Amino acid sequence: MNLLPFEKPIIEIEKRIAELEKESQEKNIDLSSSINKLRKELEEELERIFSNLTPWEIVQVTRHPDRPKTMDYVKYLIPDYVYFCGDRLFREDSAIFGGLGTLDNQTVMLIGHNKGKNTKENLTFNFGMANPEGYRKALRLMHLAEKFNVPIITLIDTSGAYPGIEAEEHGQAEAIARNLQEMFLINVPIICVVIGEGGSGGALGIGISDKLLMMEFAVYSVISPEGCASILWRDSTKAEKAAELLKITAKDLLNFGIIDKIIKEPIGGAHRNQKAALQKVKEEIILSLAEIKAKFGDSKEDLLSGRYRRFQKIASYDYVSSKVAEKTED
Amino acid sequence: MIPFSRNNEPKIVKPQNPIPTDSPEWVKCSNCKSLIYLKQLKENLNICPKCNYYFKISAQERLKLLIDENTFKELFSELRSVDILGFDDGKKSYSQKIAESEEKTGLNEAIITGEGFLEKHRVAIGVMEFDFIGGSMGVVVGEKVLRLAEYALAENIPLIIVSASGGARMQEGMFSLMQMARTSGAIGRFRNNGGLYISVLTNPTTGGVSASFSFLGDIIIAEPGALIGFAGARVIEQTTKQKLPPKFQTAEFLLEHGFIDKIVERKFLKKMLGKILNFYERGFKYS
Repeated sequence: MNLLPFEKPIIEIEKRIAELEKESQEKNIDLSSSINKLRKELEEELERIFSNLTPWEIVQVTRHPDRPKTMDYVKYLIPDYVYFCGDRLFREDSAIFGGLGTLDNQTVMLIGHNKGKNTKENLTFNFGMANPEGYRKALRLMHLAEKFNVPIITLIDTSGAYPGIEAEEHGQAEAIARNLQEMFLINVPIICVVIGEGGSGGALGIGISDKLLMMEFAVYSVISPEGCASILWRDSTKAEKAAELLKITAKDLLNFGIIDKIIKEPIGGAHRNQKAALQKVKEEIILSLAEIKAKFGDSKEDLLSGRYRRFQKIASYDYVSSKVAEKTED
Repeated sequence: MIPFSRNNEPKIVKPQNPIPTDSPEWVKCSNCKSLIYLKQLKENLNICPKCNYYFKISAQERLKLLIDENTFKELFSELRSVDILGFDDGKKSYSQKIAESEEKTGLNEAIITGEGFLEKHRVAIGVMEFDFIGGSMGVVVGEKVLRLAEYALAENIPLIIVSASGGARMQEGMFSLMQMARTSGAIGRFRNNGGLYISVLTNPTTGGVSASFSFLGDIIIAEPGALIGFAGARVIEQTTKQKLPPKFQTAEFLLEHGFIDKIVERKFLKKMLGKILNFYERGFKYS
């Protein structure tokens, strides 16, 4: 397992557990009480570490290679998944994955950024960084979901839309803008889950939804901490500081009312217990689908105006008159 | 169509101001380095008479250029940004930054919104101001664009937005990203109900503004030489390790690739918009 720097204190405990287990097996003696005690200690230590992570540490957790990826969710949530390819304009972009399948007796369209687990996968999926073709394919599949009259689930996990020459030539900005506009008009429920990195416009490009859920150790940001640091201080190594300034954690975004709910991760993060994380996400998606159904019923009009209002609320501003009032008080 | 000849092309893409000289009446072109008589530059709408480089013009100047005299009514000017995140980079707090930009531009935010007449056609219009924190979009810019689109829909008038922006305003974190969604949603509603939206892209239109309302125009017009694109050129170079093609991310590049309708010179912009509005108004109306 890839160990994160702040996970070091637990190595020692894990090592001791392994030793005791070996000893118990070799000498055929019962050491289960000491082992269990250590296991409990391990759990407490993990709990302690993971409930006190800094934003920058959370960024590292969210980028962990063992963290479940879109493909893992597809396999676990939708065993009969059928994926579809191509934007019908230029080419197939596997940085975004999309298809139909059954989730808990309900047909759904699941679309997600495809981050790889290893170098080979990452090269195939372009590290989950989509070109315009990926966004156009996603939109095509959303229209398909409308035709099937099935809800859409989008999973966000990308460091951003691909910054490439061809991407610009093929209209990256136009592709994202169009998705943002059209997703407000897609007349089936949309649930979006940020499962890992929510990287700016590239994440938002499939992120307009009736419910926005976020994993406990996911991040969602207008710019990467490294990018922000290099703009502010011309030094990308100051990313740690930028991660704090930008307020990108699930907790921050729930406080701001930008996301609807935090999906709690297993102790020590989703990368330590993939199955528990996948199951939790599955339950939360099913719950959200039921909530949307209860709230809007079958009225597509209510659904769309609800979606519009949901975003209309994300604003915080002042009035010039209050500035004047402040001045007169002085 | 493209107004400069091959060997006389502006090399700089990013927006520049002319370089001041010892004499208040003369400035130096930051592109071709020739001396320009300031009065002549102003008469030429802030375009270098020698090399045709487009210097930026302020939002107020742009409005004056486009809207019939004494017909502009500003809307939503009461909105003002707040420092939601408590953003302080150690050099300057965001609140200070806003205050300085207000001072510098005489505006409350990076966009002026309102309504007026353009060659006698009533329009809702928004003009962005690059000098206000790089024309970046935070909550107030987003809110003003949203309200303007809703206003145009309610009043049943065409919508024109002149963009000049480096993108989302990172000092407002996720709130600024969400403005891409809000503005696109509002413009989508307007267009879906038959509203005509003309988007004018000026130097620069990049990042989160290009990837939202700027590229949603029914008709998209750009100024010659304007920098237009999603990702920054430096980031693209670093990521791809490739040399960028000539004219990359300029208005001319976008025209060639089919992402804008027209490149129109500054002095002809009002006429062109008027012409299009005229066509629109003379269209067959159901109802």
